[in-house]
Amino acid sequence: MSFNIYKVNEELREFMPPEILELEEKATWGNPKRGVMDLPYAKELLEEHSLCAGCPESDAFRYILASLPNPEDTIIVNSTGCTSLVFPQIALHTVHSLFGNQNAVASGIKRVLEYRFPNKVKDVVVLAGDGATVDIGLDCTLQSFFRQEKITTICYDNEVYANTGGQESGLTVKGHVFKMAPKGKQWDKVPMWQLAIDSGCHYVVRMTVSSPRRVEQAVKKAIYVAREVGPTYIHLYTPCILEIGRNSDEGLEEMKLGDKERFSFFEYMTPQAEEVIKRKKEEGLI
Amino acid sequence: MATLGPYHFSPYPTAVVEGVLTPPPGKGLLYNEIVDEEVAMREAAKQMLTRENPTIFVGPLIIYAWSDEAKENAKLVREMAEVLNAKIIPMVDYRPKYPKINPEVEINPNHPNLTIWHNNIKVCIFIGVHCHFANVALKIIRAETDCLTIAMCAKMGHEDAMITVRDQHPDDIRKFINIAKEVKKELGK
Repeated sequence: MSFNIYKVNEELREFMPPEILELEEKATWGNPKRGVMDLPYAKELLEEHSLCAGCPESDAFRYILASLPNPEDTIIVNSTGCTSLVFPQIALHTVHSLFGNQNAVASGIKRVLEYRFPNKVKDVVVLAGDGATVDIGLDCTLQSFFRQEKITTICYDNEVYANTGGQESGLTVKGHVFKMAPKGKQWDKVPMWQLAIDSGCHYVVRMTVSSPRRVEQAVKKAIYVAREVGPTYIHLYTPCILEIGRNSDEGLEEMKLGDKERFSFFEYMTPQAEEVIKRKKEEGLI
Repeated sequence: MATLGPYHFSPYPTAVVEGVLTPPPGKGLLYNEIVDEEVAMREAAKQMLTRENPTIFVGPLIIYAWSDEAKENAKLVREMAEVLNAKIIPMVDYRPKYPKINPEVEINPNHPNLTIWHNNIKVCIFIGVHCHFANVALKIIRAETDCLTIAMCAKMGHEDAMITVRDQHPDDIRKFINIAKEVKKELGK
């Protein structure tokens, strides 16, 4: 892709809304060392979002978009869920797939891009919620891992179908009660990170988004490994503060609790992934 | 324009339903008739020069400097606006903005009627908008407003616009500007 698509023609500059000019002038394009530390100074790729006030998912979005090493050549595939409300407002190429088939769509996009642009690095990143990744889309998700597709899958785990009123999902914890699951969940939470390892992912991480720098590291590692080796998976705890009865300023606290309990930081990598990560660290890119 | 139905919406979702199709190469569409390109251009210029608040909605294909043709077209759009005494309002991208766009400074294909109502635009030119979003926006404008739409398309044209010319590249846009200058003179403006 040409950077010229971000350059506004001089003759029409005076008619442009300021946020579009800022995207050209202040966003961090073409700099693989970009990261969350740019957030206070650079123009973000997320213009506004329509998530609830204080939603941890919005934090995750900001950190992930700030950490993509190659945003100008990154395609994001998303699925139905709270996250899908945000995608129309980010300044990247995004594809909204049907509910659950996001990894199948991403696989196709990645293969076509490799065929069409053999000399260019194009990253394909799947961003989807727990319903899309683990319930409705588990088949497509795991099959893409089995096929060793070179894509990064990021799951926003809020442990519930939040925007449809609070139904239990595969990632809901056993015993949790929600508005539409009044008896409490009868079965255990699906250990998706373990399934990802068993299915052939080369880099897997489970974490909350309480630490921006840690999210940046995980995203960069996952994308670099996916580029060269094979599928990678990031499992992020982004609690739905409304559905668990928290106030809008308590998302961070909830995630910090998660850090100590079931979402304690867990990282897995294969020897091939380790070699890539080591090399990228030496190059100063992670 | 389509006749309004009993609930005051257009009973026809698209012009195609009424048998209106895009013009063949070298021709233009004037309301529901296929005419010579020059005839369509002349009528487009006349409408732009005589109706209230003429506006050029310029899309991403011309806003951004992604090719030499885009750079050339941007200059021509400025010149066109001067000749037609028209305002330029950009369609900067197609993202549905939340909670809504500022209709004074931009137009969005997902609710183009907001910009048209807010600025009381009675005639507009679409140029540099990707076909699929021009199709969406023109249908909404056709059904919801009394604005006369003109589409200058680099490809096949748009049947949902009241006047459309196709295969418009810099030489064709220059031709339109020259015709507009003549019409302006004829109208004594």
